[in-house]
Amino acid sequence: MNGIIGKKIGMTSIFDENGKNIACTVIQAGPCVVTQVKTEESDGYNAMQLGYAEAKSKNTSKALQGHFDKAGTTAKRKVVEFRDCDLEKDLGDTVTLEDVFEEGDVVDVVGTSKGKGFQGVVKRHGFGGVGDATHGQHNRQRAPGSIGAASYPAKVVKGMKMAGQTGNKRVKMTNLNVVKLFPEQNLLVIRGAVPGSRGSYVVIEK
Amino acid sequence: MDSIQFVQEQMLTKTDFPAFRPGDTIVVTYRIVEGAKERNQSFKGDVIKITGEGLNKTFTVRKMSNGVGVERIWPMSSPSITKIEVLKHGKVRRAKLYYLRGLVGKKARIKERQRSTKK
Repeated sequence: MNGIIGKKIGMTSIFDENGKNIACTVIQAGPCVVTQVKTEESDGYNAMQLGYAEAKSKNTSKALQGHFDKAGTTAKRKVVEFRDCDLEKDLGDTVTLEDVFEEGDVVDVVGTSKGKGFQGVVKRHGFGGVGDATHGQHNRQRAPGSIGAASYPAKVVKGMKMAGQTGNKRVKMTNLNVVKLFPEQNLLVIRGAVPGSRGSYVVIEK
Repeated sequence: MDSIQFVQEQMLTKTDFPAFRPGDTIVVTYRIVEGAKERNQSFKGDVIKITGEGLNKTFTVRKMSNGVGVERIWPMSSPSITKIEVLKHGKVRRAKLYYLRGLVGKKARIKERQRSTKK
């Protein structure tokens, strides 16, 4: 699996060749640095580790700093491993957008979704709420309703959809199209939405 | 935001339409696809609104059709627009002519701007 690390810039809409107006996400991706190359012999599996975005060295632990020194690069904020990566790159090499993607590729994008806090079942799971607003109903409009039967099974089954933390979770959007590439600006235009807020880090996989 | 502006500028292709402002009477000729066939249709009316910037710029044209007000909104950069023709420059005092929606007949006319203010 090949990929690159990027930063979500924001959304816009463009016209495709059929004249359709499509919603797109602009992502600034790369250039990344190869910080480690894992092989079957040394690590038990093949992978390539990439680093992206400059980090302050005073905020980088000595252990990590040593790791970056080995690759001959500065400290990076985001380090991601891509398993079975077939890019022809060595330790310390730069990986740019062009190395990984071309226009028309189908990619997956991984990011951390926007945090919504502790939310009820209507927002979190799309429940309809219970009952009417009138006819004697009270405090029930956004309630989850029944969570199970009584003496049998005499418990709430595991995985029951309930209220809780919503968002701020790793989310992968699959099968998104690369509409446009601007290699000089390190910009990537992807059809559709991508998890996370503007400025958040995303991983684009192919 | 600069990167988004950059992308929009790169994707922007058409700018050869004549300039028009709210209050102007224009004819928009656009392509419509019916199954496999393609043909041109035109829409003549007053521009009542121009909004947005760059790739997101849109304009609204209003006309009376059989006594019913019809409004159409087009993105300025829509590839389906083949031609825009300005018939008349209108003299109006606001940028959004929503007040026309409440007017019919002679009251809904827009005065013509005699001298073009183009510099």
